[in-house]
Amino acid sequence: MYTAQPLRQDVVTPDLGKIGKPGPSLAAEVREQSGTDFYRCYQCRSCGNGCPFVQAMDYTPNQVLRLVQFGMRQEVLTCKTIWVCVGCHTCSSQCPMSIDIAAVMDTLRLMAVEEGVAIGKPNIIDFHEEVLRSLEKYGRAHKLGIMLGYKRQTGRWLKDLDVGLKMLAKRKLDLIPSRVRDVKEITELFQCYWRETA
Amino acid sequence: MSDLRLQDFSYFPGCSLATTAGESNRSMMQAARILGLNLIELQDWNCCGSSSAQTMCKNLSLAMAARNLSLAPPGRPLVAMCPRCLHYLRSTQKCLKSDPETREALEEKWGRPIYTDLEIIHFMEVLSRYGLDRLKANARRSLKGLRYVPYYGCTLFRPPRLAKERYFQGEMENILGALGAQAVPDALSYRCCGSFLSATDPEIVTPLVQEIIGSAAAAKADCLVTACAMCQLNLEMRNTSRAKIPIFHFSEILALALGAEDYEEWFVRHLVDPRLVIRKLAQAA
Repeated sequence: MYTAQPLRQDVVTPDLGKIGKPGPSLAAEVREQSGTDFYRCYQCRSCGNGCPFVQAMDYTPNQVLRLVQFGMRQEVLTCKTIWVCVGCHTCSSQCPMSIDIAAVMDTLRLMAVEEGVAIGKPNIIDFHEEVLRSLEKYGRAHKLGIMLGYKRQTGRWLKDLDVGLKMLAKRKLDLIPSRVRDVKEITELFQCYWRETA
Repeated sequence: MSDLRLQDFSYFPGCSLATTAGESNRSMMQAARILGLNLIELQDWNCCGSSSAQTMCKNLSLAMAARNLSLAPPGRPLVAMCPRCLHYLRSTQKCLKSDPETREALEEKWGRPIYTDLEIIHFMEVLSRYGLDRLKANARRSLKGLRYVPYYGCTLFRPPRLAKERYFQGEMENILGALGAQAVPDALSYRCCGSFLSATDPEIVTPLVQEIIGSAAAAKADCLVTACAMCQLNLEMRNTSRAKIPIFHFSEILALALGAEDYEEWFVRHLVDPRLVIRKLAQAA
């Protein structure tokens, strides 16, 4: 029986048995984790036009969806947009295809943290980490401690000093943190987090 | 007796109301006391997890909110004032309802049951159940002549995951309208205040806040009334324009109308002096 030979002899036919099943695409992964079907997006750009923070983003929300659809993992996980998004859901409520775009952003942020890629807006992740340190210690957010820790990390002590002093003067920043009595119950919850990101 | 028990609620303050927005907490407690509502603070509550836990670790975020749910006794609704806390508590409850394995693991860890049928409601919902007519009957100061922008921020009704839950658009107008205040509809009531970007990237937030305040000034409003403590702080803190419009917590205006006397103590904590508006109200009365 005649068997077809590849025209170019240097092409190695991959052994499909060895490779096994290909992993899911980025889009499938994000869809699964976010529970959001963004394949419906037809790039109308309502999300980008409505987003209050689009000026500070490197990709508009619809472009982020496109990057995910194209499987451009590196580009999308290292972009600024996913960190600038605060989850106000303006985009989600304006989307004519009712895609929960903010949920996609949530998922992409988590993936960026889990995969340890370079973070597009490092100061924002610094801030979130500072909040978590406070939560781990007291069970509640101690805002003065968070702001001081954040300043220590970013080294920008003078930035916003006037606002901070005004808040102190108005006694809006408590010196002593409000705390949970059973802090052990709280610190236990953080084991999963520090282990995952260590 | 049964009527008395109807007035009992578990209350989750959250980090903002316990600290930076203490004036919101205090005024809400005053309003509740005047109305005969018994808000019982959740014993040893912890932070709901907020955006930071949500961003960094899903399990952590779920567990933080779940611990609060495990502290709530059955039989009385759990009330929150902060929209973000409400959102995280509710979505966590929804999550645990559909994932009994995780719920059981957490119950075992803490040795406490988690009641997934517990009602979790916003303080405005408490008021609307109380009844606007009864509320009106309790008013001691008229809000007549107060032109305010009802500022909801983003979280109170928008999250799509909770789309089938009750939402609150128009509730503030119903309540404050019943007390005589006049809502100014043509300002940016739903534009996001900038959330945590106010702490990390003020240069992004300042122009947004300017736009919101500018819209209120153009609509000739006396003040903005916010449903969210973080919005209140951001709108005050990041307003660098000359138009210094006071920003009130919803609970402050409510308690004021109900005749609370300790309002000086709340208002000294504001970054924008609200006394002009209060004087105007007093003169109108």
